Amino acid sequence: MTKRMNHPAWFLLPYWTLFFVFIIVPVIAAIFLSFTYFNAIQAPTFIGITNYIELITMDTVFMQYVLSNTLKFALIVGPVGYLLSFILAWVLAQIPQKYRTVFAIILYSPSLTMGVAMASMWRIIFSGDSQGYLNSLLLNWGVILEPIQFLQSPDYLMTIMIVVSLWSSMGVGFLAMLAGVLNIDQTLYEAAYVDGIRNRAQEIFYITIPSMKPQMLFGAVMAVVTTFQAGGIGVQLSGSNPTPQYAGQLIVNHIEDFGFIRYMMGYAATVSVVLLLIVYFISKITFRILGEKE
Amino acid sequence: MASASFQGTKINPTRLHRSQLPFFMFLIPFATLMILPILFIFNHAFKPRSELFAYPPRFFVRNPTFDNFNELSRLVSASGVPFSRYLVNSLLVTIIGVTLAIFITAFSAYALSKLKFRGKKLLFEINTLALMFVPIAVQIPRYLIIARSGLIDTYAAHILPMIVMPVAMFLIKQFIDQTPNEIIESAKIDGASEMQIFFKIVLPVIAPAIATVGILAFQIIWNDVSTSVLYINDESKRTLAFYMQSLTSIQGNNVAGQGMAAAASLIMFVPNLVLFVFLQGKVMNTMAHSGIK
Repeated sequence: MTKRMNHPAWFLLPYWTLFFVFIIVPVIAAIFLSFTYFNAIQAPTFIGITNYIELITMDTVFMQYVLSNTLKFALIVGPVGYLLSFILAWVLAQIPQKYRTVFAIILYSPSLTMGVAMASMWRIIFSGDSQGYLNSLLLNWGVILEPIQFLQSPDYLMTIMIVVSLWSSMGVGFLAMLAGVLNIDQTLYEAAYVDGIRNRAQEIFYITIPSMKPQMLFGAVMAVVTTFQAGGIGVQLSGSNPTPQYAGQLIVNHIEDFGFIRYMMGYAATVSVVLLLIVYFISKITFRILGEKE
Repeated sequence: MASASFQGTKINPTRLHRSQLPFFMFLIPFATLMILPILFIFNHAFKPRSELFAYPPRFFVRNPTFDNFNELSRLVSASGVPFSRYLVNSLLVTIIGVTLAIFITAFSAYALSKLKFRGKKLLFEINTLALMFVPIAVQIPRYLIIARSGLIDTYAAHILPMIVMPVAMFLIKQFIDQTPNEIIESAKIDGASEMQIFFKIVLPVIAPAIATVGILAFQIIWNDVSTSVLYINDESKRTLAFYMQSLTSIQGNNVAGQGMAAAASLIMFVPNLVLFVFLQGKVMNTMAHSGIK
């Protein structure tokens, strides 16, 4: 049987059929739907760029909260998480393997707690009554007199979302960077010292980073993509969509809100297309900054 | 070899040395901070009622019990669909999903890396582009495709949308690129077909990449709630992750439900952790080959 399976099609068809059905067609369909009015029951009616105009001029929630929340969230969690991944990967490379393995497992384990596990445990820690761990600590220390409604208060929700996201940001990008640091040719460092490099800071900037450019780029793209995909978190923490006073509303939640709660699917598709464009644009910039010149 | 005065390259040291102290002084507090919430879940899940309600709340459990797990199973059995049903669904979907994900991505990666045909550069470009792809952004058309093709309420609806993983394709392709062509050529001279080469030569060599993809796919499919929410209406075909989430979102808000929520979280978290601990050595080996080159 395997004797005759020699044609590239045998290898390509399974993946690319699914790729076509579940990625390419949906992207094209989303673009098409974004120009229509569609409520999931009647057939979509073509309305031109009305949805886009509405998004820019009339959707005050989007302009006032969603867009700025998403950008704030992404611009903090993306770069900080990325830097943290690199610093931790580099530090881990400076210690012997036995210890490194233990620390790597500890640092990676938060990103294994996606979804269910994460939400319930953070909700207990930030619980709004005096039974909540953080509230109880702060009350104990005399920092506050009344328990704070951390997850329902617009003043705190975003900060908590950022903290939790950073906590779980040592994902694939981190592993790639760790392997990248470890994989650098040792003789490069020795040569650099002969050439006059004197300390670890110079070592990092002249040898380490340039030698692991591919992994740095991979980590950066992963950081961009995962921060823009992180929509579940605000809703999971606060327990509602929309989040209280839209404090933690990200683009992803906005799409869910319009598409699956209000059934305005054409409009939700418009927001999706805008999200795809934003991610694509930012990834391009990342490639421009970190990628090798072609 | 490095001379005695050579202080620069301490990357991947073989043993402990005093000069590594600053790194440990940074790592230990940081790692402690990172692991606290996870320790918290472990402790919380085993706390008896009295300790869950204790004021001020205690971090560590004093008299561990299985009460929370018992209560969880009692609540589950009261819901009509037995716990084992959700577990079997999840296991089935995850095992089939991970296996399929590994094979279809490795197949495609092999073709893009070693086979000759037109347009393979373009396909790889499209795949790289799809790395940036945000699933939620096309959730609506995806839903329509699945609804129109009659996949609603089937196990295929859990599996098929989840196993297209551009990141996995990317990682494995980079890895296969590094397998020497000479071995493949000599196997061809001996009359092996591409499929035989793939199974007998390439697959064993890329085992570390397979381990990485296995972990990623497991993590994504095992924890996924969205397919159960969107594509499944039949309660008995939903997965454990979905059930745990609906349970914790109902129960998790009050203190009484906390212990149970923690127990549920633990049940979902532990399989991920165990798999990662077992395969992490291989994973780190993989990643060295995985960069965008």
